[in-house]
Amino acid sequence: MENILSMLIFFPAAAAVVGFLIDKDSMRQYGVVVTVVEFVLSLLLWYYFDTNVASMQFVQSLPLISSYGINYLVGIDGVSLFLIIMITFMTMIALIGLTEKKDVKNLIITMLFLEMTMVGVFVSLDLVLFYVFWELTLIPMFYVIGFWGAEKRFYAAIKFFLYTFTGSLIMLIGILYFGYVFYEATGTWSFSVLDWNNIILPFDLQLWLFIAFFMAFAVKVPMFPFHTWLPLAHGQAPTIGSIMLAAVLLKMETYGFIRFSLPLFPDASVYFAGFMATLGLIAIIYTAMIAYAQEDMKQMIAYSSISHMGVITLGVFALNTEGISGAVYLMIGHGIVSGALFMSVGVLYDRRKTKMIKEFGGLAHNMPMFALVYAVVLMASIGLPLTIGFIGEFLSLLGFFKYSPILTFIASLTIVLSAVYMLAMYKRTFFGKLTKPENKAMSDIRGRELVALSSLVLLIIALGIYPKIILDPLNTTVTQLTKVMEIKAVNEDTKAKLRALNSIGEVK
Amino acid sequence: MLEPIKISLESLNLGTIAPVSIAIIGALSILLTDIFNKNKHKSLYVILVVLFLIFDLFTLLAFHGEQRGMFDLMLLDGIAVLSQCIIIGGSILFVFLGLSKLRLQEFRYAEYFALYLFTVAGFQFMVSSDSLILIFVGLETSSLALYTMIAMHNRMVSIEAAIKYFTMGALAAAFFVFGSMIFYALTGTVELSQMAQVLTEDGFLTHENYSNYVLVLVGFVFMFAAIGFKLSLFPYHIWVPDVYQGSTSAMAGFLSVIPKMAGFVVALRFFEIFIHANDIIIQTMLYVTVILTMTIPNLIALQQKDIKRMLAYSSISNAGMAMAAIVIGTQQATNALFLYWVLFTITNFGAFGMLWLNRGKEFNDYESPYTFKKFSGLAQISPFTASILGMFLFALTGLPPFALFWGKMYLVASAVNAGHIALAVIIVLNSAIAAYYYLRPVSYMFLRDPEQGVNTKFMQNATTPMKSVVGFAVFLTLISIFLVDPLLNVISAFVSSSGF
Repeated sequence: MENILSMLIFFPAAAAVVGFLIDKDSMRQYGVVVTVVEFVLSLLLWYYFDTNVASMQFVQSLPLISSYGINYLVGIDGVSLFLIIMITFMTMIALIGLTEKKDVKNLIITMLFLEMTMVGVFVSLDLVLFYVFWELTLIPMFYVIGFWGAEKRFYAAIKFFLYTFTGSLIMLIGILYFGYVFYEATGTWSFSVLDWNNIILPFDLQLWLFIAFFMAFAVKVPMFPFHTWLPLAHGQAPTIGSIMLAAVLLKMETYGFIRFSLPLFPDASVYFAGFMATLGLIAIIYTAMIAYAQEDMKQMIAYSSISHMGVITLGVFALNTEGISGAVYLMIGHGIVSGALFMSVGVLYDRRKTKMIKEFGGLAHNMPMFALVYAVVLMASIGLPLTIGFIGEFLSLLGFFKYSPILTFIASLTIVLSAVYMLAMYKRTFFGKLTKPENKAMSDIRGRELVALSSLVLLIIALGIYPKIILDPLNTTVTQLTKVMEIKAVNEDTKAKLRALNSIGEVK
Repeated sequence: MLEPIKISLESLNLGTIAPVSIAIIGALSILLTDIFNKNKHKSLYVILVVLFLIFDLFTLLAFHGEQRGMFDLMLLDGIAVLSQCIIIGGSILFVFLGLSKLRLQEFRYAEYFALYLFTVAGFQFMVSSDSLILIFVGLETSSLALYTMIAMHNRMVSIEAAIKYFTMGALAAAFFVFGSMIFYALTGTVELSQMAQVLTEDGFLTHENYSNYVLVLVGFVFMFAAIGFKLSLFPYHIWVPDVYQGSTSAMAGFLSVIPKMAGFVVALRFFEIFIHANDIIIQTMLYVTVILTMTIPNLIALQQKDIKRMLAYSSISNAGMAMAAIVIGTQQATNALFLYWVLFTITNFGAFGMLWLNRGKEFNDYESPYTFKKFSGLAQISPFTASILGMFLFALTGLPPFALFWGKMYLVASAVNAGHIALAVIIVLNSAIAAYYYLRPVSYMFLRDPEQGVNTKFMQNATTPMKSVVGFAVFLTLISIFLVDPLLNVISAFVSSSGF
């Protein structure tokens, strides 16, 4: 089982290379088979995963550039395990529900490459390797948005590429500088996060490095002033591109915060917690309002994504077990829910070639099954209890309550606001009279669409009712993480703050 | 009565000059072959050049012994050997581009290939000496051969390019001579190592020796301009785009890589003296030049509509990045310079090689066969060609894990480790700017549909050997991550042995 992570990374890539030989009419089936195998592999990973161990598992290390301490180092813990399963699952569902007709072969090969890079991001423990995979996700995504997208696709693709590329380059400097600091402290070169966890940085250095990492992560989350590329990219991307973007790519950076920023820069994390929370709050309120104003259904969901990412940020910077576990749970939940939402928009777009809300109305009459599915997904997005969205949002907000009850009160508006724009959209789309003749001709979902969407719905409800299956292993890892933060903190204030945040029942 | 001059053969240390002699003998034998056999096919000469260069390379690698020879004119130290390896290796790659399918004017003359070897020999002289006179001779030999080779393409635009290059080059040569003269007048020597000794011992770089200090600065400025022309540093870069456009892609690729390697070694040897003296004026001048060389051509490249012209500007900017390594001045930075240039050679060879393979016949003088428009929709016509060219462009952007990323990363790392955080930030910001213009041809190739009514014939110039050589570069670019470690070991062994 030592090689299972490498298999998980490189199997899709190998399959993509071989995929060039396959005839384009049979390509979709090939893609589905490969992604199903990949999903089964990730389930196997879960099966062999020891949930009682908090440290890294399945660790594999090979030297790449030994004179500069760069290794191929992979491993997973409770946080990355479920995100990987979510990725392989979403890729599989996206390919099952794929309705794109144009150049399907290239699209599927690109998706398989994308899957490789995404899995790579979540299993890399060497920072340079992490950076390599992180940047590699740009190429397939650039191609998917730019080739299969809508009218303004060139602009959207290039803007997406440049924004994220610039942010990541700043992170690269941070990574290299950390490597140098590590060398100064220990006399050996290493970019392994496991090694880096062993050294304690002075406060001002932590601040600068936190900012360097923040630049990359904030652009991709996206946080408030850097968010403008996302609605554009979503708006122009094809359905499958949006699903991957929302479900997986946006999770890379909150994962980055949890994996790197928190344990490596504990003092800086506490120092910036208020600032990050403010950015999260701005995202929650401001983008929710913009979402309400959207006429384009897809743009609306894109803005709602930013809004929900705000809640995740809040959970991460609650800096306690509940908050971080909740954030990870919400990452998984939001991945599934937003994937389902974008897929539903794709269903409408395939039938009517428009995403404008005002073009629809009364669809519940002729598409009852779809209306039901959409309603469940919508409720999960809002955060209704017994859906997957509720658990994550509740825990994130609960965690943040210890940091600041007032801010948490404001943040909980997210549920109200998302209910406002989501239900308004639902009303205008599905209820009322079926007047437009084009809409009357629309048929209900069936076949592949039904399979893809209903499996998402099942998951949304199942994980909403029984979250323990994920939360238990998650808690083991996250508790360890908060302990590491407390041990590594250099300032006494930070230690006290972390202790206060992690104590039960006491609210300051 | 004059004393009879006695020189033993051992003291000449002929081993130091052996590699260069082989290139020169090769050139002469090509000329002789041509005299006795008329109208032989160019493939003969291409392979002869390859053969002599390989011979050259092996002689170089077999060299062991005293570094200095020929009355101390030759200095075959670590960086000389290393840079000659890069120069010869790169030249072997580029000469294969002569095996094109199209019948071009210059390849009909054997002299072209003889000149090619003379150029390489000139560069070898340049890097394996620390005497300003021999450096000058090497510089002029190679430059004059280059001017002729560009002009031999026999289109108006090439002749114009050659004349532009010649005029500028002559000016640079004059600067070089003038600078050398001033330093000779000041220190009484033309050898860089002795010059450094005199400059530091007599305190010429301090304010106590003020009158000489001003002269040193004047001399430095002249030398700086001369080297700047060769390395296309800002503001001596204006000849680059026109000359590249006038020469064939094969030639332009050669120009963007090989002469600059020689230039960097001269710069390394020369600037070394001043960088470690911590003189504020010289430091600032170098620093500002490096930053402007990276940034200004990058900004101009944003406006280009032609891949070759864009690559010309990008290669200026890349030279600026490599120059940053010299300014940083640590040993790791010197390693980074060589690593960067090896990887840049591979990548740029690939990019220009792909352009060269796609050269057609249907264009007039002063028109370019490489406009973005011509490449639109290439991914649909020929996905393989588009993927390869796209990969080289992404590699030039500095996207991991392709070749140049590792060079850039190591360079940024050396800047960070030496405490030049600002420089590191400027380097990466320039990478981000560069990403935009590299993405434009990529977006034409991959995201657009083929242009209506535009000639859609590609790979017109391709032959199997040329394709294999470019394929080799593709292979190296893809597996570059495994190359970095052995390369770094070799480079650092050579660099540390020569004390940089």
